[in-house]
Amino acid sequence: MPIWKSIISRPDGIIAVLFLVITGSLALLAPVIFPDGPWRMVARPFQLPFADMKHPLGTDALGRDMLTMMMYGARTSLGIGLVSTVVAVLLGLTVGGIAGFFGGRIDSLLMRATELFQTVPNFALALLLIAVYSPSITSVVVAISVVSWPPVARLARAEFLSLRRREFVQAALLSGQSNLRVAFSQVLPNALSSLIVMSALMVSMAILFESALSFLGLGDPNVVSWGYLIGAARAVISQSWWLTFMPGLAIMLTVVAISIIGDAISDSQDPFFERRENT
Amino acid sequence: MMSVLDIKGLHVGIANKVEIVKGVSFTVESAKTLCLVGESGSGKSMIANAVMDLLPSSKLKVTGGDIRFGERSLVGLPAPEMRSLRGKEISMIFQDPMSALNPVRGIRTQFDEVFSAHGIDPEQGRRARMLELLELARLPNPPRILDAYPFELSGGQRQRVMISMAMALNPKLLIADEPTTALDVTTQAQILRLIRDLQAEFGTAVLFITHDFGVVAQIADDVVVLRQGEVVEQGTAPKLLRSAQHDYTRELIAAIPDWAPRSAMDSSAPMIDARNIVKTFATKTGPVAALDNVSISVKPGETVGIVGESGSGKSTFAKCLVGLEEAQSGEIDLEGKDILALDRSSRRKARHRMQVVFQDPSAALNPRHTIGRTIIDVLRVNGHSRRDAPETALTLLDDVKLERGFINRFPHELSGGQRQRVCIARALAANPKVLIADEALSALDVSVQRQMLALFADLQAQRNLTILFITHDLRVAAEICDNLVVMQSGKVVAQGAPVDILEGDLHPYVLELMDAIPGQEWFPVGRQTQPQAEGV
Repeated sequence: MPIWKSIISRPDGIIAVLFLVITGSLALLAPVIFPDGPWRMVARPFQLPFADMKHPLGTDALGRDMLTMMMYGARTSLGIGLVSTVVAVLLGLTVGGIAGFFGGRIDSLLMRATELFQTVPNFALALLLIAVYSPSITSVVVAISVVSWPPVARLARAEFLSLRRREFVQAALLSGQSNLRVAFSQVLPNALSSLIVMSALMVSMAILFESALSFLGLGDPNVVSWGYLIGAARAVISQSWWLTFMPGLAIMLTVVAISIIGDAISDSQDPFFERRENT
Repeated sequence: MMSVLDIKGLHVGIANKVEIVKGVSFTVESAKTLCLVGESGSGKSMIANAVMDLLPSSKLKVTGGDIRFGERSLVGLPAPEMRSLRGKEISMIFQDPMSALNPVRGIRTQFDEVFSAHGIDPEQGRRARMLELLELARLPNPPRILDAYPFELSGGQRQRVMISMAMALNPKLLIADEPTTALDVTTQAQILRLIRDLQAEFGTAVLFITHDFGVVAQIADDVVVLRQGEVVEQGTAPKLLRSAQHDYTRELIAAIPDWAPRSAMDSSAPMIDARNIVKTFATKTGPVAALDNVSISVKPGETVGIVGESGSGKSTFAKCLVGLEEAQSGEIDLEGKDILALDRSSRRKARHRMQVVFQDPSAALNPRHTIGRTIIDVLRVNGHSRRDAPETALTLLDDVKLERGFINRFPHELSGGQRQRVCIARALAANPKVLIADEALSALDVSVQRQMLALFADLQAQRNLTILFITHDLRVAAEICDNLVVMQSGKVVAQGAPVDILEGDLHPYVLELMDAIPGQEWFPVGRQTQPQAEGV
């Protein structure tokens, strides 16, 4: 079953896609709608949402427009989530793919290296990296990628290792195709489905990770992200609850939507799923 | 004679849409064996599942007819009552004993469940009964087996355990769904004999599902031949085997190769000459010699059969030839050149002159590539340009007698036999001198096997191919091979012209293999060959 069909065949899938499409386009359109950027103080501070329709989501402690902040925040959070996932998947796929395809000594070497990364607590390593390289978008992306590639490598290795022994791969090697060619044209397409499922879930992991870092004040100080908004408003949480509630809700809905889509993708890859439902 | 299972006009299908079983009637009598024969998709397993109320989907239902077990009707029987019948009155054994036993639990625990599921107290000497049953199944050292895990037993032993579990509560009916298909010939012979003996002792009725008329001739009292969910022909075994009325039945019977071993050919310089090949695998209990000084020589244009049981090293030998495994010592000459002495890349190149057709065609094709892409990829690396590769691929499809339209199809859209043809076309795309068929027929239906044998013979004549035919089926080997090699636990025990090996001085192991061939009464093997045994 193709992925899109699996997603639109369930109501929660349609809602999740709609939510992500809307959030994504708002994020992309933020500079067009609010060309002045998120940092300008435009009104009285601590306005409740919907009180003044010029600022529909209210204002923060310094009188900045929350709608603007939220849209620019979506830009950062979604962007970092996607980019760091792509980096982590490419890194993990390369390491795991080589290990699984060639096996033997190369495999044990690469896998021991992977385990080295897994023995260090994720969050501590990320904090350390950012602290060393001063907080910026790049260092945040690097930190998230560095801590999240090992599971990808392990999955890719397992897939490559088992596919490598399959007869169609052996037949391709015996017919004279080179290792690289066989790895890309025979093995990779068959390993891709489980990697796609994993990367969908990794995007939401990365968004949470970035939020946690920003909450601690280790995000890039020059850009707004949802995590930053929560961190900045935590001192005033008792009198202005909406300042933490709205970005928190945005993070939660995004993560849930991505998880739903990841779930739908994994269903689409399960050859027995269709039969179970339809016969 | 008392009928145990009586099936009348049985229909199984998805409500009003697809019918899988269309009005099948037969009766299984106590202490008799009824064989359901048919190719894949004939609905034979579906009937067994309907009897056990184990249809594989909730939407599949018995849509008509009746299944009577003794006095009762099994159709629409409430689940608790059905459960009390299963294992106690009706039990079942399956094709693959590995997946039918739980791999993480000991044999004793699983055996115990048979008793506790039917409320028999532990105090009633279960252990003694279990040991007795395992003994009856002729398992060596029953106390050890009872403490073992499934992975510690061989395939044959696992099937014996399954059988003793199935017989534990003295069922009236035993359903055996292709119980010997996953086993090799000698084990198959032992299992068939065991089922026969237990049946005689317990008076059990047996519903035996198979696709092999050799097995039918060996054990059946009655036969029902199925095709596409309909009964083609039914009757007693001798009547059906002697004078089948329907063409389809005759076709199935004719699919059993005739016993006609060939005599020696004139000698010429060998195509492949493998000398003193040694390959050992390290295992927990020490090194095991998979190939122990094996020397096999193959002449150009001939068909050489390598026969032996699983574990005899026949596949390992093929792997050492093509380079999926490397031999530890020995020489392999291909057209007079020792390829093991060559450097890596020229050795690889030399080995492309040998192509393999694997056992399972669905595993041997990339599920995400079209047939065309699979073949063209091979053509491209073997010197065809982007322009002429598609055209060559089409002519290769002609060669293996597939329609040209298959070029844009995916493997899952093809049948097993068609897939195997694609695998052969892919092997030919590398323009090989030698084709190695590693059990290439054993996953296919019998009538398809015939067509494949004909295809191999055609291709050999057209392209002057040398064929290395690895099989456990002595009948097939006797029919098509110019030369035979018999292997047993890593050693060559006999080598030469088929007529000498199979009808001359018989090596004890060859004798054992020949004895194991099912259905000899009807389809004779060996020297005493006369036309069909009339007097039986």
